[in-house]
Amino acid sequence: MASMKEHKESLDFVYDFYVKMKRNKINLAYEGEITHQITKAFTSLTETNMVREEDASSVQKKVFHVMVECLQNISKHSEGSPNTSAKDGRGIFMVSKGDTEYNVTTGNIIKNENVDKLRGILENINKLDKDGLNKLYKQQMREGHISDRGGAGLGFIDIARKTGEKLLFSFLKIDSTNSFFVLTSTISRIKE
Amino acid sequence: MQVIKIQGSDDTPTVTLDKENNIFEISGRSLPEDVVAFYTPILDWLTEYASDPLDKTVFNFKLEYFNTASSKLLLDVLLKLEDIKNDGHDVLVKWHYPDDDEDMLDAGTEYADIVDVEFEQVPYTVD
Repeated sequence: MASMKEHKESLDFVYDFYVKMKRNKINLAYEGEITHQITKAFTSLTETNMVREEDASSVQKKVFHVMVECLQNISKHSEGSPNTSAKDGRGIFMVSKGDTEYNVTTGNIIKNENVDKLRGILENINKLDKDGLNKLYKQQMREGHISDRGGAGLGFIDIARKTGEKLLFSFLKIDSTNSFFVLTSTISRIKE
Repeated sequence: MQVIKIQGSDDTPTVTLDKENNIFEISGRSLPEDVVAFYTPILDWLTEYASDPLDKTVFNFKLEYFNTASSKLLLDVLLKLEDIKNDGHDVLVKWHYPDDDEDMLDAGTEYADIVDVEFEQVPYTVD
């Protein structure tokens, strides 16, 4: 049985976590394996909440789309936990809702050797305006192939052009093998 | 030719490919767990259909949502229709979009730009 001290620490942790989630207006936070079922559950949960809170349908669709692409990125590309043989990638997934915007944040482990390539892809996307993004999307759709992981290499480009916002990203080196990749996508709640 | 009739779900579209009754339609949501597995039978069917198509093929897309991986496979479907047109047959793509969904309208415009097939944009009202 847990001691009183452990119980107190656990209580403090839960309360602290609760306060931080409230302060950062996080309505969904998850860490673990991202399966197709999880993707469907989260998107449908968020859809229900948004309908209740009466966001414009164009905003709802964009949030839904960004969530799907972000979750599928983790499930297809995350290196997952080194100690498990799970097929699906794992990572952290959060959705926060401010007065003027939604933020969808993902964090997952990637191999150090893939950091430069991914950084290059994201920096290139952030340099482009809407026309440039449309051109890149078309080119990638025509010339690209579905990878053996089931991705088309289109997710980041589409998030950037549908939200009209720059992708916020960073890499944190964990050790000689792995880095932690964090990506935040912002969807404005103010209808254009 | 055999008829393809797939009942849609919350992550896969409803698909009807019926040469005899002249119905060609993909509608609903498309974010299948395995896009290639889902679209391969559809593409195979179209390859077979292309060898002996109707004089005029009207293909309806009425999608509420599709993910980026699906967008690539939908392009492959449209490229099959382009092949049919290039062989000298009439092809019309009717791209239905919710009248409040600019992104779905843009998606249709984008495909019309890439593929050399006649496109008609058809808005519809969502209740």
